[in-house]
Amino acid sequence: MGLYNDKVMDHFMNPRNVGELENPDGTGVYGSPVCGDMMQVQIKVENDVIVDAKFKTFGCGSAIASSSMATEMIIGKTIDEALAISNKTIIDELGGLPPVKVHCSVLADHAIKCAIYEYAEKNGKKYKGLEGFDPNEEEDDHDHVAEE
Amino acid sequence: MAEYKNVYLDYSATTPVKEEVLKEMIPYFIEHYGNASSLYTIGLESKSALDKAREQVANLVGASPKEIYFTGSGSEADNWALESTAFDMRAKGKGNHIITSCIEHHAVLHTCEYLEKQGFEVTYLDVDKEGFVSPEDLEKAIKDETVLISIMFVNNEIGTIEPIKELAEVARRHKVLFHTDAVQALGNVEIDVKDLGVDMLSMSAHKIYGPKGQGALYIRRGVRISNFIHGGAQEMGKRAGTENMAGIVGFGKAAEMARTNLDNHIRHCSELRDYLVSEIEKKIPKVFVNGSRKHRHPGNANITFEYIEGESILLLMDMYGVAVSTGSACSSKSLNPSHVLSAIGIPHEMIHGSIRFTTGDYTTKEEIDFAVEKLVEVVEKLRELSPVNSEKGWN
Ligand SMILES: Cc1ncc(COP(=O)(O)O)c(C=O)c1O
Ligand SMILES: [Zn+2]
Repeated sequence: MGLYNDKVMDHFMNPRNVGELENPDGTGVYGSPVCGDMMQVQIKVENDVIVDAKFKTFGCGSAIASSSMATEMIIGKTIDEALAISNKTIIDELGGLPPVKVHCSVLADHAIKCAIYEYAEKNGKKYKGLEGFDPNEEEDDHDHVAEE
Repeated sequence: MAEYKNVYLDYSATTPVKEEVLKEMIPYFIEHYGNASSLYTIGLESKSALDKAREQVANLVGASPKEIYFTGSGSEADNWALESTAFDMRAKGKGNHIITSCIEHHAVLHTCEYLEKQGFEVTYLDVDKEGFVSPEDLEKAIKDETVLISIMFVNNEIGTIEPIKELAEVARRHKVLFHTDAVQALGNVEIDVKDLGVDMLSMSAHKIYGPKGQGALYIRRGVRISNFIHGGAQEMGKRAGTENMAGIVGFGKAAEMARTNLDNHIRHCSELRDYLVSEIEKKIPKVFVNGSRKHRHPGNANITFEYIEGESILLLMDMYGVAVSTGSACSSKSLNPSHVLSAIGIPHEMIHGSIRFTTGDYTTKEEIDFAVEKLVEVVEKLRELSPVNSEKGWN
């Protein structure tokens, strides 16, 4: 009946891993309030495993739910496994999003890559999943033209 | 489960049908089902109910019943007025230029876009930061080719009441037809078509406690526009289709009630709206009111909550049973920031955090208290979640 399914609503109403870390190993910010969605994610890494993650998001229900789900998905995963997560896997894990809202989940996937990128740069590490990734790439694929 | 109370604060989107209105409508489904065009008794009964409703609607806007044409919606009235006038005038060689404002409802804006595709030229007048169209700007935009001016009476998002009398006066001086979309004005501000000097005026029943799917177009006596819906001779030959009797009778009753209740309605809605705004301003930091504080729809409050996003506010308020809207109801599924808030110069990031509240006849002070209490919680929760805040700023 609602705009979102129960799982999305649960993550939206009770988002997991909200906040900021004391000494993050990597911070990623993606999107901007001007576009309607912005996410900041911070990660803690030990032996190439993401041991903790926290996020803050400005955005709609699906942006917040995707952020929450994405942080839940990466905690306990190796960096390589985390890099393999796409917005499609996040959506699948959420049990689907309305078509007009799919772009909001791209936010979480990009923000996580940005955080890992920062971690990799600081620690001189290379990951296959980061090849060709540009954290400053404009999010111009954002579909702002859908109407009514 | 959280405390839940049905609090409807979106009367600009639509209104419930009043009991008295429904009571008048019901007989037209089963008992008085006659076709108003038929010459036997039950047909004639429908015909006289139609006449009565036409008079009730005419009275609400100071028109003569012969100047009221029922349509299937406010949108249809807008489409009819714009398209027929434009095509007729071009066919007569009078020109192909139309003037409107950039804050119109999509029923007008999308019709204008369609007319542009048909070769018309459209000027979209800017508004000032409170949403007002200036009569001077209008005058400057008029050219020899201008055949129609359409400016809305009351804006559906920010509630600004346009200076229609002054604008229509400019149009008359230049002998250009003037149409106004009065869907949000009807029953919320006093309307006298003769005093205003408008040529056409669009109305809708469902914003004044009447049924959905029922509208009307006022066409001033002496103004002739082509039919939009072709077919039978209903509506004095101007709008075909067997009449939606229950809808029309309901519109008539709603119009009559709106007229007798106008002063009370305005007082009630504006008192509660003002209370809502002052409570929000008192209890929630970093908010601002969009639109005019003075010339405004009595029930409308459009408020920006900084650092958070509107859909999240709407969804969380809905969890408590409180119904509000982000911008205009028809844009809630669109990703575009509201064209109205953009036009009054609100930055995009703040447009995303704007909510429209509208009080109505059934709104109570207790409901406002409940809504504000929940709003305080919701805004706090979302601000905790937000990466932007007053310390960090917007980036
Ligand atoms: C200003 C304005 N014009 C036109 C309409 C359309 O009216 P209706 O819903 O009857 O088609 C609306 C309703 O949303 C409105 O607010
Ligand atoms: Zn979004």
